[in-house]
Amino acid sequence: MYAYDELDRTLINERVSEFRDQVKRRLSGELTEDEFKMLRLQNGVYLQLHAYMFRVAIPYGTLSSKQLRRLAHVARRYDRGYGHFTTRQNIQFNWIKLAELPDALSDLAEVGIHAMQTSGNNMRNVTSDQWAGVAPGEVEDPRIWSEILRQHTTLHPEFSFLPRKFKIAITASEHDRAAIKIHDIGLRLHKNADGETGFEVLVGGGLGRTPFIAKTIKPFVHGRDILSYVEAILRVYNQYGRRDNIYKARIKILVHELGIEKFAREVDEEWRQMSDSALTLDHSVIDEVRSRFSYPAYEKLPHMPDELKQAAHDPLFERWRKNSVAPHKVQGYSIVTLSLKPVGGPPGDATADQMDAVADLADKYSFGEIRVGHEQNLALPHVAKRDLPQLWKALDRLGLATPNVNLVTDIIACPGLDYCSLANARSIPIAQELTRRFANHDTADMIGRLHINISGCINACGHHHVGHIGILGVEKNGEEFYQITIGGRADENAQMGVLIGPAVPYAEVADVIEDIVEAYLALRDRPEELFVDTVKRLGVEPFKERVYATR
Amino acid sequence: MPLVKNGRITTDLFVHVADGAELPGDGAVLVPAARFLEDPEAILKRAGKAGVIWPNNRAVDDLVPYLDRLAAIALVFPTFRDGRAYSQARLLRERHGYDGELRATGQVLRDQFVFMSRAGFDAFEVKKNADADAFAETMKRYSVFYQPTGDGRVTALNRRMQLRHSESAGQ
Amino acid sequence: MTSPLEQKKIRIMGPSVVTANRTWDGAVVYRTSEQGWSTVLSDAAIVSTSDDARALLAESVADDVGAVGAYIAPVEIKEGGVIKPGNLREHIRSKGLTIDLLPA
Repeated sequence: MYAYDELDRTLINERVSEFRDQVKRRLSGELTEDEFKMLRLQNGVYLQLHAYMFRVAIPYGTLSSKQLRRLAHVARRYDRGYGHFTTRQNIQFNWIKLAELPDALSDLAEVGIHAMQTSGNNMRNVTSDQWAGVAPGEVEDPRIWSEILRQHTTLHPEFSFLPRKFKIAITASEHDRAAIKIHDIGLRLHKNADGETGFEVLVGGGLGRTPFIAKTIKPFVHGRDILSYVEAILRVYNQYGRRDNIYKARIKILVHELGIEKFAREVDEEWRQMSDSALTLDHSVIDEVRSRFSYPAYEKLPHMPDELKQAAHDPLFERWRKNSVAPHKVQGYSIVTLSLKPVGGPPGDATADQMDAVADLADKYSFGEIRVGHEQNLALPHVAKRDLPQLWKALDRLGLATPNVNLVTDIIACPGLDYCSLANARSIPIAQELTRRFANHDTADMIGRLHINISGCINACGHHHVGHIGILGVEKNGEEFYQITIGGRADENAQMGVLIGPAVPYAEVADVIEDIVEAYLALRDRPEELFVDTVKRLGVEPFKERVYATR
Repeated sequence: MPLVKNGRITTDLFVHVADGAELPGDGAVLVPAARFLEDPEAILKRAGKAGVIWPNNRAVDDLVPYLDRLAAIALVFPTFRDGRAYSQARLLRERHGYDGELRATGQVLRDQFVFMSRAGFDAFEVKKNADADAFAETMKRYSVFYQPTGDGRVTALNRRMQLRHSESAGQ
Repeated sequence: MTSPLEQKKIRIMGPSVVTANRTWDGAVVYRTSEQGWSTVLSDAAIVSTSDDARALLAESVADDVGAVGAYIAPVEIKEGGVIKPGNLREHIRSKGLTIDLLPA
């Protein structure tokens, strides 16, 4: 956990006071909606279909049990008793009243939580691997750098009015769980030949109307130079990014229009002039931030405790363990993913009661720590293996032990037309229907890893482009239709999915997805060949034939 | 439109001279960039102070040869959402060492004062009277700053390091 | 969200209302014929010509403190004068979510 000090706390409180004043001026009519809109967005407040929506940051996906309880409190006191975890390590509340927002923020500030820059044309919440600091084989805990960047990007005096939003993600593992290649800047922590820690810097990734996979702009930037290098990228973007067309304003378009080589030269030219500036991080500064991350006092525990051996006789426990429990860097411990994708439930939602209960379980079994991942699930990062059977029983009672992590029913979905003012079509009921179709866990297990991502419009909050199966809602003559893509992925081999044919109506989506999955089962050359690999090997044609032959 | 300078509402001594309008013989003037660049010497040699209004889509590099003779540079915010002038301001102050008046013009609103000041602006043509009146109060909103800029404010990191040093020195 | 400005050219094709979200709490509201706002669709002022729609919208947009994001939305008039939302989006705004919140 990162411990906020007095300075961090003061800044958050100052931000709350500022926003309280801004809301007051809005409600009195001193500020027009046109003037207020950007101010509320800079603090995570959208206006959606039914109400204001309030997006709260969970920097690099790390929460304390105390913080999670406070989120539950906000859900209960100011909203309708639940919250929605997003694909960028945020939580959204859907029914918040503008007049009560300053009080909600003030309650959150008491536990070091804020909503700064969770929307608006500025640098958004810096995200990272939800297994940061506990995954085996990591170069270093990427949250140290995420926190350095979080501080640097918060209320930045030069980059708070960028052409468009700007998202940074960091990973320190070989396997990218932070989807860095679909971010404006992706940072991959690694060591150079001299054993020094630094970053491969990628730029210009993003989804939406014009999707791009990020390109490497520099294979190695030393850790001490990362702030100046990021600042150089942002300065070039702030000056040259397009402001004439909202759909062409992201950095990906600038990188595309200039070409990565020319863009890189512009950045280098800027960086050369600032690389010995006050932004250079010396060891003591990095150590200072590192020192404020505390790690649990792990016990020396056996790799295979008796409790686990006994529980292995229970097939239901075993199914869950094999699905939801991952190796930890410390022997005798595990990382446990809590599926927020129950059959028939809205993906990523958690009730206030569930949040409180998870906070209690975190205190009991995970040193009071919870993680939030971009797949819209939670994790307990430090669970002693001997506690797994007890934890499983408790999670099962809460409806948080669905053994479907990374399987076909572990669907990423945006809120869609049920909540969102930008949406063309609904996402959640499509996801709910699919979870019912594939509710049989044995079938889902047999299908294996398969990511379905659903967006209710081209803005792609549900990351449909990079789903193994992507579903995009569109509107045709007032009716909901859905385009289906296959073969996308968001990891270190990120790529965009390919459209398989004409859009299908709402009522047919689940049938089509079932057809695609059946085609895969017939086409895969062995059970271990993942859906996405079969698509890669065979292309979309055989899937297309299967889906459209009878339609 | 009230002008806030040195933290107070003050009289604007600079006369805005439009393109094509006659240049007054003396007194301080602010002229548009294109007119300035047509004949910089003519404007700089006048008896009064010279300032230039610089658009946000033109590199400030073009101004560098004249910086030590310019009394004011006005950077433009066509809307408060367009943040290009923040970069221009920092480049002028921090890279090119400009130390004359740096003025924010256009849609200059209360909620941008702190950002502008941190980027190096020290004069503000404020859109609304109520915002100008609230200037001093608004500048007190924040006491903690994460980023080093050229504004001289001590960053959170520096304060932490100082605290550490004093703690270890006291042991 | 469709801005009122983008709607200036739009001609209405049938009975319509002006809807928005109330400023202080964000609730869905409809412009009434008494120059106020109501959370109940049946209280809404119904317009059936493009000129009337534009006039009602202009009056609604001017009340920036009362409600935000005003725009023209289609409605259907059923038998007995019952007013129903004219499309799925407006149905969801008027009636609420189409989904179960809890797993089922």
